[in-house]
Amino acid sequence: MTARPGFKRLRPKHQRLVLLVAALTVLGGASALALSTIGDTATYFYAPSDVLARAPEAGRAIRLGGLVERGSVVHAGALTRFRVTDNAHEVAVTYTGIVPDLFREGQGVITEGRFTAGGAFVADTVLAKHDEKYMPPEVAGSLHKVGRVG
Amino acid sequence: MHRFANPARFLRIARVLTPLLTLVGVAVTAVGLWIGLFASPPDYQQGESVRIMYVHVPAAWLASGGYFGVALASAVSLVWRHPLASIAARAIAPVGALFTAICLVTGSLWGKPTWGTYWVWDARLTSMLVLLFLYLGYLALANAEDERGGGSGGDPGQAKGAAILALVGVVNLPIIKFSVEWWHTLHQGPSITLTKSTIDPAMLLPLLLSLGGFTLIFGGVVLMRMRAALARTRSAARGRRLAEAYA
Repeated sequence: MTARPGFKRLRPKHQRLVLLVAALTVLGGASALALSTIGDTATYFYAPSDVLARAPEAGRAIRLGGLVERGSVVHAGALTRFRVTDNAHEVAVTYTGIVPDLFREGQGVITEGRFTAGGAFVADTVLAKHDEKYMPPEVAGSLHKVGRVG
Repeated sequence: MHRFANPARFLRIARVLTPLLTLVGVAVTAVGLWIGLFASPPDYQQGESVRIMYVHVPAAWLASGGYFGVALASAVSLVWRHPLASIAARAIAPVGALFTAICLVTGSLWGKPTWGTYWVWDARLTSMLVLLFLYLGYLALANAEDERGGGSGGDPGQAKGAAILALVGVVNLPIIKFSVEWWHTLHQGPSITLTKSTIDPAMLLPLLLSLGGFTLIFGGVVLMRMRAALARTRSAARGRRLAEAYA
């Protein structure tokens, strides 16, 4: 307790309170700095606009996420071709294997794979992402009719 | 002796509240889960698997809320040295840890049919796993301190480590909350905010019921654990007095 005389004149529990608030302030500031540095590296996937702005080198494993573009899905045996869009840019993806149940046009998707030298994206894994909306099928159906969803 | 005046008053209130919270909680949870599991509609995208939500979301809420409780009680025990505070922190922690584990397990089981995977290292899932480790670290440290004679039974000034760990871990709570907004994650964004909900009313009602019911049970169990801890402290003190009298 070598702090200022004003601090020493406080009752012990008030000294502890001041110390606690000070420690939490420092902790909060340090965390905010650390989080702002982590930034993009904590992101789980890149959007099409991200990979087109800063193209990852061919052969490096990345995750690409966005919406499955409407009308882009083509099934050919075990091979599925589709385009991932973030409504600004899109990337063509090919995937061999079984897609998840929630994989459908207009829905969110995260693919893991690599760009080939030719610029095509070949996915090893396809995960379906769903949004924060939950509703019964009949409500979704009537919303579709009035055009509020999709 | 004035330090024990408050625990005595606490015990009087807790004796009434413990069965009240627990029984009402069980009843509300039963109604919520019955509606959620049998009488609510399936989801337009996920079908029946959406029903995991009625356990997963309350567990996630109590995992974070419980940790906040541990941290708040730890702050009170550090600053005011109130004996009830460190007892409260130690009573909440294992219950919160259990709900964190339930949240992780139900989330994993929900992830397989919807996302196509049990686990990914995205920011939300990873920060929730870190919360479980924080709970386990807190419990290990608090138990070690109690065994050494500080903590809830002895002089709380002797045992600061667990309380400080709990406070440092609070950093993780906003990370959990905002992970789905700060970073791209596989986990979707928040459905319920202060002003609106993107969950249909037919599904929101059982969710809120089970959320409230689980919270009441949580409160009842924490009070039970606090009463048990106080009873242990008393019987240990009586044992010491008897040992001294016959020494």
